[in-house]
Amino acid sequence: MRLSQKNYAIDLGLFPLGSCTMKHNPRLNEKLARLPGFADIHPLQPQATVQGALELIDELATWLKTLTGMPAVAMSPKAGAHGEFCGMMAIRQALVARGEAETRKRVLVPASAHGTNPATAVQCGFIVDEIKANARGRVDMDELKAKLEMSDDIAGIMLTNPNTCGLFETDIKEIADLIHAAGGYFYCDGANFNAIVGRVRPGDLGVDAMHINLHKTFSTPHGGGGPGSGPTVLSDALAPYAPVPFVVKDEDGVFRLVEDMEGDASESFGRMVAFHGQMGMFVRALTYMLSHGADGLKQASEDAVLNANYIQARLKSVMTPAFDGYCMHEALFSDAFTADGIETIDIAKSLIDEGYHPMTMYFPLVVHGAMLIEPTESESKAELDRFCDSLEAIARRAAQGDETMKGAPYLAPMRRLDETQAARKPVLKWTPPETSSVAAE
Amino acid sequence: MRYLPLTPEDRAEMLATIGAKTVDEFFTDVPEAARLGSTIEGLPDHQGELAVERHMSNLAAKNRSASSGPFFVGAGAYKRHVPATVDMVIQRSEFLTTYTPYQPEIAQGTLQTLFEFQTQVAAMTAMDVANASMYDGSTACAEAAIMATRVTRRKKVILSGGLHPHYAAATKMVCEAQGFEVFQLPATVDGENALADAVDDQTACVIGQSPNIFGTVTDLSKSADAAHEKGALLVSVFTEAVSLGLVTPPGEMGADIAVGEGQSIGNGLNFGGPYVGLFACTQKLVRQMPGRLCGETVDADGNRGFVLTLSTREQHIRRDKATSNICTNSGLCALAFTAHMTLLGGKGLEQLALLNHEAACDLADALEAVPGVEILTPRFFNEFAFRTPMDAEAVLAMLDEAGVVGGVRASRLFPDGHMGDVIICAATECTTPEDIAAYAAALKEII
Ligand SMILES: Cc1ncc(COP(=O)(O)O)c(C=O)c1O
Repeated sequence: MRLSQKNYAIDLGLFPLGSCTMKHNPRLNEKLARLPGFADIHPLQPQATVQGALELIDELATWLKTLTGMPAVAMSPKAGAHGEFCGMMAIRQALVARGEAETRKRVLVPASAHGTNPATAVQCGFIVDEIKANARGRVDMDELKAKLEMSDDIAGIMLTNPNTCGLFETDIKEIADLIHAAGGYFYCDGANFNAIVGRVRPGDLGVDAMHINLHKTFSTPHGGGGPGSGPTVLSDALAPYAPVPFVVKDEDGVFRLVEDMEGDASESFGRMVAFHGQMGMFVRALTYMLSHGADGLKQASEDAVLNANYIQARLKSVMTPAFDGYCMHEALFSDAFTADGIETIDIAKSLIDEGYHPMTMYFPLVVHGAMLIEPTESESKAELDRFCDSLEAIARRAAQGDETMKGAPYLAPMRRLDETQAARKPVLKWTPPETSSVAAE
Repeated sequence: MRYLPLTPEDRAEMLATIGAKTVDEFFTDVPEAARLGSTIEGLPDHQGELAVERHMSNLAAKNRSASSGPFFVGAGAYKRHVPATVDMVIQRSEFLTTYTPYQPEIAQGTLQTLFEFQTQVAAMTAMDVANASMYDGSTACAEAAIMATRVTRRKKVILSGGLHPHYAAATKMVCEAQGFEVFQLPATVDGENALADAVDDQTACVIGQSPNIFGTVTDLSKSADAAHEKGALLVSVFTEAVSLGLVTPPGEMGADIAVGEGQSIGNGLNFGGPYVGLFACTQKLVRQMPGRLCGETVDADGNRGFVLTLSTREQHIRRDKATSNICTNSGLCALAFTAHMTLLGGKGLEQLALLNHEAACDLADALEAVPGVEILTPRFFNEFAFRTPMDAEAVLAMLDEAGVVGGVRASRLFPDGHMGDVIICAATECTTPEDIAAYAAALKEII
C-alpha cells in the first residue's frame, strides 16, 4: 500500500502523456473482467465449454472491423508492438506468396515514427529506410516519390496516422496509392486511433494493416507498463495470411477456433503466441465500447481533439507550437521558447511539483526538445484550465531562465534520480546482506 | 454520455477560445471522400451500466469456469488459488491506472515492485539477472532464441521435442522471419537428451523444457554441457513457475537463458491472457537482453531509489538496432506475481509445490488403477500424459458430459496424428480428493 502511494496515476489527476492515451479506466470494465466465466476459464478446455468467450472475441472483432472499415482482424497480438509484428509478418507472407520476399526488403519509416516501428521492421527481416518530415510535420512527399522511383525493392511503409506530431497525414490517400503502385503495402500504426474513431475509417484510406492499442483507445488500464492488447486489422490483400488462432462462426451458430495451419488458415504466416490473445483486455474493451456505443465513441474522439486544441490555443502565446494549424488529439511544442540552460526535462520535472504527471518529452525526435501533450477526452474544462495555468507559469519561468527549475521536483516522493549511475554500475536485484535465499521479503 | 465530462457549454466556450466554429474544422485534413457521416453505421448506441453488465454476464454464463467442477487442464496455464490480497493490491488505482515508470520521481511504487520482481525471478531460476517481464512464456522463448543468435552470431536454433508446441511455433516463426534455421526434434515424452546429440558448431542455442509439455522433469545439465562445448547456449524453458519450488532451477543446470510463464503465480487463467513472461540470464549477457530493466540508484539528496535502466538496448533509444521491439509488457501481471511471491516466500513456494506434486501423484495413482490407462510420464511435477485405449477426443467429450474437464488431448497440440490416444492432465493445490475420485470413476465408466 505504501508503495502504491509513491505512484502518480490517472485516477489521481491529469496524465497528459502524449502518444499514450491515458484516459479514464472505468471500474465496470474491471468488475466484468473478473466474472468467473471470463477470468476462470482455461485456453485449452474443450471449445464447447467456452462458446461465450469465443462469441465475445467475435463480437469485439466486429466492432473493430466496423470502426476501422477493414475486412479482417487478428486478435492474438499482445500489445501494440506485437500488433506491428503481426501486420509486418502478414506483409512478409504476402510477399512470400508473390515470390518477392527476397527481393523486396525495404520498409520506409518516417523519422518521427515510434521506436517500435523500425525495431519491428528489422524483427521481420526487413531493412529500414528513413523518410524525413516536411516543414508541416507530415511526410515529405518529394522525398517519398524520389525514394519510390529510385528503388524496386519496396516492401511497404510504416506510417503512423494521426502521426506522432499529433497531425493527420494530409496526403495519406496519395501515399497509399503510391506505395501500392510501387508494389508495396501500407502498414498504419494505429496508436493514435483515439483521435479519429467515427470520423474516418483507415480502411477508406488504403491501409493494409493497422494495430489498435486496446490499452489506449479502448481504455484498458496501462497497469504501470502493461499488459496491453494489440488486435491488428487487415485488408483483403493481407487477410489470408493472418496468424492462427482465429475464431470463425459456423453456419449452425457454433463458434470455432482455427488453431492449425490448414483449411481456412492454410496460408497463415503462423502462430505468434501461445493461446488466443489477451482475453482479459478483450472483456474490458468490449465493455467500454458497449457503454459508449457508436455515438459515445465518436463524441469521445471529438472531445479528445477539442481538448488538445484548447491546450494548444491556451499555451501558444507562452510556448512554441511545433507546427502551425490545428492539431488532432495531442498538442506538440518545441523548446524554442526556453532560455539558455533550461531544457524540456526541467519543464517536465517542474510540472511534477504542480501535481501533474509530465507530458511526453523528447518524442517525436523530429522536434527539438519535444513536449507532446495528450489530455484525452477524460478531462473537464476546469481541469484543463488548472493545468494550463500551471504550465503557463512554468513556461514563463523557463523563458526567464529560472535556475531553480533544474532542481525540480522538490515536492515529489523523491528528488531527481541519477540515471547515469544506474546504467554505469547496474544493480538489478536485491542481494541479501549475508545469506542468499529466495528474496520474498 | 458516460465518461465524458465536457458539457455542451464547455465545448462552445472552448471552441470560442480556439477560434473555431465547430470541431469539424479540426478534421479538414481528412480527405473529403473518406469523411464519415454523423453516425457510425452498423453499431449500437450507448447503453447503461445495467444493460452492459447483463450482456456481458450472459456471455460469461455460456462458459464453464474451472472452479465449477473437477478440472484437470494444464499444458501451459494452471488453475490456481490466488490470495485475495493479490487482486486487492493490483486493483489499487495507483498501480492499475499508471503508465510505464518513465518519470521515476512519481513512480517509485511501480519501480520498487519491479525491482522485487526481478529479484524474485532471478532467485527462483538461479540466474544472475531477470528483466521486468515479457508478454508471456512463449514470446519470452522466441526472444531468447533471437538473443542467442545475437550473442553467438550463429544462425541455427534447436528445439526439443518436449517444448510446448505453441512456444515452438512462436519461436520458429520469429526465427525464420529473420533468416535463422530452426531444427525441431520430434515430440517424445522423455526426449530432452536428444538435444545434446543434435548440437553442432553452427548452433546458436538449444531450447529445452523441464517439466516438459508431457510433464516430464528432466535434468538439462547434459544439454548445457554439450551446448557449451560447441560454443552454443542453453535456453531452459518452464511453463509452470510453481515447479521451481521443487525441481532443479535452470541456473543450476547450466542454463544461459531461462524463460517461462509466470501465470501460475498470482494470475488467473483468463482464457490465455494476459499472462507474464519471465526472462532471466547470466550477468555476461545482460546487455543483450530484451525488455525493460529496473535498477537501483540514488536521487539528488542521496536517497536510494529505482529507475528504468540500460535502455540503450531498447527500441525507444536504439530503434532499428534494438534488442527487441517490445514496449508495453506485462507490468500489472508481474505485480500480481510479486505480490503472491511475497506472501509465499521461498519456503511457501516449496510447500505449494509439494502440495501440487502430491495432488498429481494421487491423481496418477487413481487413473493408473483404471484398467486400460497407461501413464506415460516417467518423472513428473504436477502434470503427466497418459494413454487411453480409445480416441482421446471422444474420452474427453464423455468426461465432459460427466462433469469432468479431464485435460488436453495431445492431438490438439500435436495435430500430425501421432498422439490421438494421449491425454495430458494436471493437478494443483485446487484439486481435491473428491475431484480425483470423480475423474477416476468417470474414466472407468468410459473405457
Ligand atoms: C506511436 C506508437 N506506436 C507504437 C507503440 C507501441 O505500443 P505498445 O507499447 O502497446 O507495444 C506506441 C506506444 O507507446 C506508440 O506510442
